[in-house]
Amino acid sequence: MLCSRVIPCLDIDNGRVVKGVKFANMRDAGDPVEQATRYEREGADELVMLDVSATIGGRETALDTVRAVRRVLSIPMCVGGGVRTPEHAIALLRAGADKVGVNSAALENPSILTELASRVGAQCVVLSIDAARLAEGNGWQVVSRAGTHQTGVDAIAWVARAESMGVGEILLTSFDQDGTRTGYDTQLLREVRRVTTLPIIASGGADNAQHMIDALRAGADAVLAASIFHDNETTPDAIKEELAASGIEVRA
Amino acid sequence: MSDITIIDTGIANTASVFAAFERLGCSVTLTRDPQRVSEASFVVLPGVGQFGEGMRSLRASGLDRVIVEHIKQDRPLLGICLGLQLLCVGSAESPGIEGLGVIDAMVTRFPATIRTPQHGWNRVGNGYAYFSNSYRVGSIPDGWDGELSEHGGVFVASLRRGRTYACQFHPELSGAWGAGVLRSWIDNAKEASPCCAVE
Repeated sequence: MLCSRVIPCLDIDNGRVVKGVKFANMRDAGDPVEQATRYEREGADELVMLDVSATIGGRETALDTVRAVRRVLSIPMCVGGGVRTPEHAIALLRAGADKVGVNSAALENPSILTELASRVGAQCVVLSIDAARLAEGNGWQVVSRAGTHQTGVDAIAWVARAESMGVGEILLTSFDQDGTRTGYDTQLLREVRRVTTLPIIASGGADNAQHMIDALRAGADAVLAASIFHDNETTPDAIKEELAASGIEVRA
Repeated sequence: MSDITIIDTGIANTASVFAAFERLGCSVTLTRDPQRVSEASFVVLPGVGQFGEGMRSLRASGLDRVIVEHIKQDRPLLGICLGLQLLCVGSAESPGIEGLGVIDAMVTRFPATIRTPQHGWNRVGNGYAYFSNSYRVGSIPDGWDGELSEHGGVFVASLRRGRTYACQFHPELSGAWGAGVLRSWIDNAKEASPCCAVE
């Protein structure tokens, strides 16, 4: 039986790990190779790296970072952040990413997903979605550019389209919950689960194993977290022990 | 340590396979030159992508014949993911396109009721392997040893015959357990024939 995955996320800026709240107040949080190595040792099932560099130089550095992490990492690595063209995605895959996350570019031009999937295979293409809750009962809309841009696109409808466009997985971040450490948006996960059989990685709001259990029961296949792992508060292994104790299948 | 030749399929996650063998201390070459592949001892056919595209690319370069010949001579070959599927007769992913025909089996899609693609870790024997696939072989074909795993029913996780080893999972992404799989493929291939040991 397929195991539920626990995935630490590293935000990368100019070759360094950074952390912040709601994409703001970034501070240096270490060396990506060291952190990736530690996470694998501590039971991470996969790693997500998001390039938050705002400059072209930063993008070049990200390729070097992917190469360096690949040399030491023997678990899957998904890389996203600022991927705008199939060529950029393919460069990341060649540098050592196993999957590439596409976000804003797909909103502006959905055919990038189809083109990418036909060139590299659907299983390498992850659609990354930042969803913000609308007034009660009105669902969620997709936001982009670190939440500053409201697209007016309905998040559930966007996921429903994704499967037919050749996407292999959804990385679903709740913009409202991100950085709050009060739990994932389980209502969002439930609604999204209804419209797709694609694997879903839940993101935004994790503070503890119970939050992860709630997200997995709401329909997520994997749970992503950043801050709780960065500061050594807990490890993927410790989280997975609690998941297993509650009857969720995990990789021992 | 051993010389490993990885067939460069163009896009597949060859960087991960490359890095995994380097961590084992192997000397690794990435090539799509049929001549070099035909002279290689340990050959890896990795694979991410679509069955039809994969076959077209192998046929265009003549690598299809090189791979089949390599296996006929029982020289060590490792097929990973799509690499396993390309060794089969054909696939529901690309109807009408012939595979390499080494494994007498058809590749089929996971049932519509189960999470597809299968992305993640699943049990294989005493360990856990990382899978990333929408298609699979349903049962172990005659003449092959193999291991099964389960995702909406049983499916083939790996197959072995002589020095050919093919796995649906990604050993290069399966942590320390996966590194052990790669090492055993090399070790078994050497033991299986001391007369032409390739070092």
